[in-house]
Amino acid sequence: MNVKNEMKLCFKSISENEGFARTAVCGFCAMLDPNIEEISDIRTAVSEAVTNCIVHAYRGTIGTIEITAKILAGNELYIKIKDKGCGIPDIEKAMEPLYTTAACEERAGLGFAVMESFMDSLKVKSAVGRGTSVTMRKKIGVRYEQT
Amino acid sequence: MPVRIENKNKRTTAFLSGEIDHHAAPALRREIDREIMENMPSELVLDFSDVTFMDSSGVGLVMGRYKIMSGFGGNIVIQNPPIQIKKVMKLSGIDRLAAICSV
Repeated sequence: MNVKNEMKLCFKSISENEGFARTAVCGFCAMLDPNIEEISDIRTAVSEAVTNCIVHAYRGTIGTIEITAKILAGNELYIKIKDKGCGIPDIEKAMEPLYTTAACEERAGLGFAVMESFMDSLKVKSAVGRGTSVTMRKKIGVRYEQT
Repeated sequence: MPVRIENKNKRTTAFLSGEIDHHAAPALRREIDREIMENMPSELVLDFSDVTFMDSSGVGLVMGRYKIMSGFGGNIVIQNPPIQIKKVMKLSGIDRLAAICSV
């Protein structure tokens, strides 16, 4: 991995930090010169991942969320969002669109579906009782023009 | 106030603004539900013109209001969503439950 730039962010899993986290990551990736749609995609994907940590990983408790963002060669953004929360017993099930364990709180069950569709790649690693990490990548400036 | 609500001819319109995420959603939900329960409108319009950001928490907000409205035979309209918000709505398939319109 050819890393051109890197930043790390640690913050408490309180909902006030959802806005802070997505804004901070978008500020960092501004040097890749993304267009408005790319910024929106990144902002939304980060918001989903951080919300998952708050709603699910640290349910009923407060822990630390760690975000690592990197700018890679080829104008690619790398984002890793990590928690030390409860972990996901069945990742495949958790990633199914509309599946949620928090329906009574009006969670739509779309977090991973949004991350998957708004970013180029999504990897989820989890161990029950130890935590979860979500890694997303997106190439910036790829314009899908017809040839 | 992140929501301004108007009632007219059995139609309740909620003009949402700012960022809709998991942090902001509960307050919006409370405000809108209070109006719905008081007025029992036949149509609930959620106006997104001034919403600058929305993640799937906004989809949850629409789904929840849809359930309440359909409980007494009312319907729900998503009005003027900006492009980013429309993208999240379409991904969720909520446009099958609620009409998306521009005025």
